[in-house]
Amino acid sequence: MSLYSFPFDSTETPQHERLGGKCTSLAIMTSAGMPVPPGFAVTTDAFDAVMNDTKLHAQIEEHLKGLDYNNPAEIDRQAALIRELILTQEVPEAVRLEVVEAYQNLMNLCGGEVPVAVRSSATAEDLPDASFAGQQDTYLWIIGEHNVMQKVRECWASLYTARAISYREANNIPSEGLSIAVAIQKMVNSRSSGVAMTIDPTTGDKTKIVIDSSWGLGEMVVSGEVTPDNFVVDKVMLSVVNRIISDKHEELVPNGRGGITRREVDEERRNSPSLSEEEVVAVAKLAKAADKHYGCVQDVEWAIDADLPAGANVLLLQSRPETVWSQKETPVASLSGGAGIEAITRSLLSSLEKNKK
Amino acid sequence: MSPRAAKSFPSPYSLKTPKGAEGWQDLYPYYLVFQDNQRKAEEAKFWFCDSQHWPNVFKPFEVIGVEFASRCLGAYNTRHYIVPPANGIDFRIHMGYNYFSPVGVAPELIPDRVPHFLERAGHYFQNWGDLLENWKKKVLKNIEEIDAINFEALPDMVPLEDIKNGVGMDPSVKMFEDYDRLINLVYRNWEHHFEFLNLGYVAYLDFFMFCKEAFPGIPDLAIAKMVMGVDSVLFRPDDELKDLADLAVKLGLTAQFAGHQSAEKTLAAVAAAPKGAEWIAAFEKAQDPWFNYTVGNGFYGTDVYWRDNLDLPVGYIADYVERAAKGEQLHRPKDALIAERDRIAGEYAEALSGEAAETFQGKLGLARAVYPYVEDHNFYIEHWTMGVFWRKVRQLGQLLADQGFWANAEDILYIDRNRVREVLFDYASAWAVGTEPIGPSYWPAEIARRAKIINALAQNRPAPAFNEPPAEISEPFTVMLWGITTEQVQQWLGADSGNKNELKGMAASGGVVEGKARVIFSPDQLGELVQGEILVAPVTAPSWGPVFGKISATVTDIGGMMSHAAIVCREYGLPAVTGTGSASTTIKTGMTLRVDGTNGTVEILKK
Repeated sequence: MSLYSFPFDSTETPQHERLGGKCTSLAIMTSAGMPVPPGFAVTTDAFDAVMNDTKLHAQIEEHLKGLDYNNPAEIDRQAALIRELILTQEVPEAVRLEVVEAYQNLMNLCGGEVPVAVRSSATAEDLPDASFAGQQDTYLWIIGEHNVMQKVRECWASLYTARAISYREANNIPSEGLSIAVAIQKMVNSRSSGVAMTIDPTTGDKTKIVIDSSWGLGEMVVSGEVTPDNFVVDKVMLSVVNRIISDKHEELVPNGRGGITRREVDEERRNSPSLSEEEVVAVAKLAKAADKHYGCVQDVEWAIDADLPAGANVLLLQSRPETVWSQKETPVASLSGGAGIEAITRSLLSSLEKNKK
Repeated sequence: MSPRAAKSFPSPYSLKTPKGAEGWQDLYPYYLVFQDNQRKAEEAKFWFCDSQHWPNVFKPFEVIGVEFASRCLGAYNTRHYIVPPANGIDFRIHMGYNYFSPVGVAPELIPDRVPHFLERAGHYFQNWGDLLENWKKKVLKNIEEIDAINFEALPDMVPLEDIKNGVGMDPSVKMFEDYDRLINLVYRNWEHHFEFLNLGYVAYLDFFMFCKEAFPGIPDLAIAKMVMGVDSVLFRPDDELKDLADLAVKLGLTAQFAGHQSAEKTLAAVAAAPKGAEWIAAFEKAQDPWFNYTVGNGFYGTDVYWRDNLDLPVGYIADYVERAAKGEQLHRPKDALIAERDRIAGEYAEALSGEAAETFQGKLGLARAVYPYVEDHNFYIEHWTMGVFWRKVRQLGQLLADQGFWANAEDILYIDRNRVREVLFDYASAWAVGTEPIGPSYWPAEIARRAKIINALAQNRPAPAFNEPPAEISEPFTVMLWGITTEQVQQWLGADSGNKNELKGMAASGGVVEGKARVIFSPDQLGELVQGEILVAPVTAPSWGPVFGKISATVTDIGGMMSHAAIVCREYGLPAVTGTGSASTTIKTGMTLRVDGTNGTVEILKK
């Protein structure tokens, strides 16, 4: 077990006090069959080591001692000094090595150096509400070990914004034991993407998963600017029962620096399936896992990541409850109702009628 | 195959008789061949070849199976239960192969049949358990009676005690009676074969239709899996062999099975070993009735039964011993199969609510209750009854060979069952008169002529179908049992000119496997199978059981969701694609295949 890092696909049970809220939920989703973009947590132990194995903690205490909480300008000044300390503090070697190793493992999985997102992941005690500044620190499209490490420091430093300091004082939250984790997560490079619904919206059949898929980013599928491929998968057997391959004329692709390029799809790919058979099943599995995890019909956004190896390239971006159909009772025509001999006779005759059509 | 789709299959009247097979029509009863003066009526019907049950050319005596089976199947639809939309399935033999044409009921006649069906079939469904128990008694009694029949040469003199007791009849009377009884007893068991089978399919079909309605597009495989039994009698013989292999390992008899000796040598070695007696006792106990089991399908007089050739079961046991000694788990993963079956049924049930959920459970319950018969009957009739029956036929064949009528016991198969009675009269008559029978001077040449015709016919694979197919294949039994669907017929016709390296069939048992193909045309070739290969065959018999532990997937030309290959593969947890139409001729041994049993496709990856 690593002390300072925790991959989201780890088989160990994620501990909230070590991973913070965001990383814990990413690890839980991954282990529940809903693979989010791969990555790892820099644990609170890493933060603690930086604070306690160096003089940092003592120095910060020095800055906070006798601070006049009624003087916003002074709080701002001390907060800036503290953050500067954190940003320049050399990270203990053991912590640095482990974070670098976790980062390199992630890059190896991605087949080379790819951009990541770095986000702070606060533990509950430090987290007053969703709008708390410390939780919102997000740095996208970060490339390279050095830059990533620097963003990790910035996340750590976010515990010491003037607002956070005032908040803790006002709510009597002691700064003893204060800690924070950081999430490092691959930026999605969508080769194909789309939505999946864990119900057939045309019939209300809850044993189907209906997938819309197109090349590139999913926005065009959601906005209806492109006619996506459509796959119907049996939710129980996870086999494809119907597919319609459409002419997908345009796609949006990330340029790797945070920008998005809109371009025409080349002739060869336009009318080719945007998902392989295995990928269709993998998307369906992911949607089924979300349906099961949340206990209701889900509307899932997903992507196939171009950088990840087959088998690990289907990613869940977002899942929310479907509301239109999921509350309705399944309609079954009266023809087959009942289980007696009369019903059997009706079945026999209706099968004949149907086959004749 | 022509790139343009043909609209119709050839007429049986237009096919050329293979060279050397001229006069084949005379080998079969007049009512089983397409007669010239019936041409207009016969060409108006669509016929498909049932090479699933009858993959090989019939010898004249072997027609008994298709006649009794098809007649009795029809009788239960048409005369016993008055199944509203379906009469029987008409049958013909053409160039040695069997062709079927389902007979529907005119729509205006259907309503009047409904009340009869409700009363008759209803009685069986309501009393299923008791009636089935009685069925087993009837069937076993018939088997016992067949087994008791013993054909003996007529004695030089009528026994003195018959004279003294004033019997006033010679032993030929008993010989004729025994022969007639043999035919009648097997006829009785073919009647019983269909007593429950059609209703079993009806209940299955009812559940099937409900699922198709409630879950549009549900894979047929899902429905089959929900109903699947895991403890079918049909798998018992193979399970017995596995038990015997485990016992051999436990008793330290592994060495005695090494090297694959003949059964005789292996059994002698085991008997001589310490604790060998315990194993031999278990082996003998297992034989009755479980070795009444054939590697064929019971429809051919040359089908080899384990009981008659111990090399087969002992060879299978030796394979199993080798694997068990390596610590391999031999038995089918029953618990896993049951868990999977219940998971599937549970997940579909969860998607329903209210009355629909109740109906689903009711229909599933009935289908599961009646379904075991659909699997089990095969052991009692095709294996046990027919095994005993063919042994008696061969005994009679040997008796007549001893009397000089022909050379070998199996030559009797070249004569149809009604003419065999003539042969018996020839024998008994000459015996009575005190002269030589005519047969010995007539039959050897005639049998040679017939054998030549049969061999010439056997060089040809059967045409898949005759005449113009209906726009839709509507008869549900045809679809389910034989895998004959509208798409399948179109594929036969060459209309589907898609990827030449991909074959489509029924998604009969789920999973995806890649591996090397082994094409098998007859059970004699089963020994060629290497661990992990994909079995490709025109058709398989469930009694190939022991090879299913060796292979990684199965592909067949013929067969639906309820075909034997499909059932057995689901039980063994192997992917299967059935009813591809042409896998055994398109695929060659050694090709690398990708079998997708979930979607019903077979891809040739490497030639």
